[in-house]
Amino acid sequence: MPLKTEPVMINFGPQHPSTHGVFRMRITFDGEVIVDMEPIFGYLHRGIEKLAESRTYTQNIPYTDRLDYLASMSNNLAYVMAVEKLAGIAVPERAEYLRVIMAELMRIASHLIAVGALLNDMGAFFTPFMYMFREREKILDLFEMVCGQRLTYNYMRIGGVSHDIPEEFLPAVKRFIDEMPGFVDEYDQLLAENEIVLARTKGVGILPVELAINASASGPVLRASGVKWDIRRADPYSVYDRFDFEIPTGKMGDAYDRYWVRIQEMRQSTRIVKQALGQLPQGEVRAKVPATFRPPQGEAYSHIEGPKGELGFYLVSDNSPNPYRFKVRAPSLINLTVLRDLCLGWKLADAIVIFGSIDICMGEVDR
Amino acid sequence: MTTPLSGRDVARQIGEHLPDAVTDFDETAVFVNGEALLEVARFLKENSELGFDYLAAITAVDFFQHFEVIYHLTSIKYNHSIVLKTRCCTRESPTLPSVIGLWRGADLQERDIYDLMGIAFEGHPNLKRIFLWDGFQGHPLRKDYQSAT
Repeated sequence: MPLKTEPVMINFGPQHPSTHGVFRMRITFDGEVIVDMEPIFGYLHRGIEKLAESRTYTQNIPYTDRLDYLASMSNNLAYVMAVEKLAGIAVPERAEYLRVIMAELMRIASHLIAVGALLNDMGAFFTPFMYMFREREKILDLFEMVCGQRLTYNYMRIGGVSHDIPEEFLPAVKRFIDEMPGFVDEYDQLLAENEIVLARTKGVGILPVELAINASASGPVLRASGVKWDIRRADPYSVYDRFDFEIPTGKMGDAYDRYWVRIQEMRQSTRIVKQALGQLPQGEVRAKVPATFRPPQGEAYSHIEGPKGELGFYLVSDNSPNPYRFKVRAPSLINLTVLRDLCLGWKLADAIVIFGSIDICMGEVDR
Repeated sequence: MTTPLSGRDVARQIGEHLPDAVTDFDETAVFVNGEALLEVARFLKENSELGFDYLAAITAVDFFQHFEVIYHLTSIKYNHSIVLKTRCCTRESPTLPSVIGLWRGADLQERDIYDLMGIAFEGHPNLKRIFLWDGFQGHPLRKDYQSAT
């Protein structure tokens, strides 16, 4: 007599260490194999887009810290760039360099978390994570020097940055930049050819290049699928056109490539910071912009290459001190469009690795 | 550098193909009417000179008299971009065709707009609230939304 079987539905999350925040996947299994999956969002929805409509442009900067709170500097940068585009404000050159330095340090810190958390999801419980935290800690120390904060920086200002760097910053960042390539070598030594890492990620969750583009994937997820698309190069903003750096791309678009691209990007970010420090000019760090001002009626979309992908802000002004519409193009949310496609046919333990390899931050997904 | 295509040129190209679709244009954007949206989007994606293969973002704005829905399109192949805009003039049950068949990237963004702005996208296979719960009343990003507290 044939055995009667039926699919089983389980809820994965919202409270689970591998959901990287409060996120739920409703997964249907046939035996151990995933046959359907639905991501469920909203547990961290705070209505930031609505809140921003009743605050002035300047007051909204700290809100952007709380989107992707693992990359607050990048959020600050994307937002103030959109306001500057809207109001036609020029930024002093020294401030542009400081912004690039902070944004690239932020990228390293965010990728460290991404890789560390991915290894955690694979079962390498907290040892690799602590290696990554060792370097991230140094970056947070640097940020603390410039703005007094370690997570929500509120450092960028419309027209520049809040303070010039203190005396002790330059020697500290130089030391970090000299040491960092050695640390990345160390990760490579531990992880790049690690048998378990290879077994768990090679060929797992392949994102074909056509789907990656069609589904608006961006950042390391898009590049791991082999698309050489990086907004710092494709549509240079700030002073990125003055630096020499490579855009690493993957070949297969599997979880390993997404991991690998992030490791390589840390090396490239280190190079950019080094060049920026070499070229750093003297001068003002902030244009004279009143705390409350009224940009002319109009709209502006500005995007940057954030650590997680294309981070864009679309602002509409009605010539009042508050934005009429404040919209965030959140890479973490849009990169999850393909999650179901990547997970089908794999087992639960693989789904966790696939999800980890996309690298999201729920603060940005739910906003 | 991503080249922003001029709204005038793209409007002309669309007009040659779909005569009644374009309602207006400016330097960077083309305005089309809602019924023609899907056809225009298909043209922008499949035309060999334009090749808009990447939907960067969809945004909806409430202007009281109408909702404006804004599509930021990019071509990764040619590294150029255009802004496509359309309007919904009713507040009761505004509807637009879904572009998910052309760009899968519209999936979660259209659900986001449906949830917070209350614009329905016809043809979306899973159109339901994304952030707020099913029994939630109203759409918070609308300008006339009154919160309960």
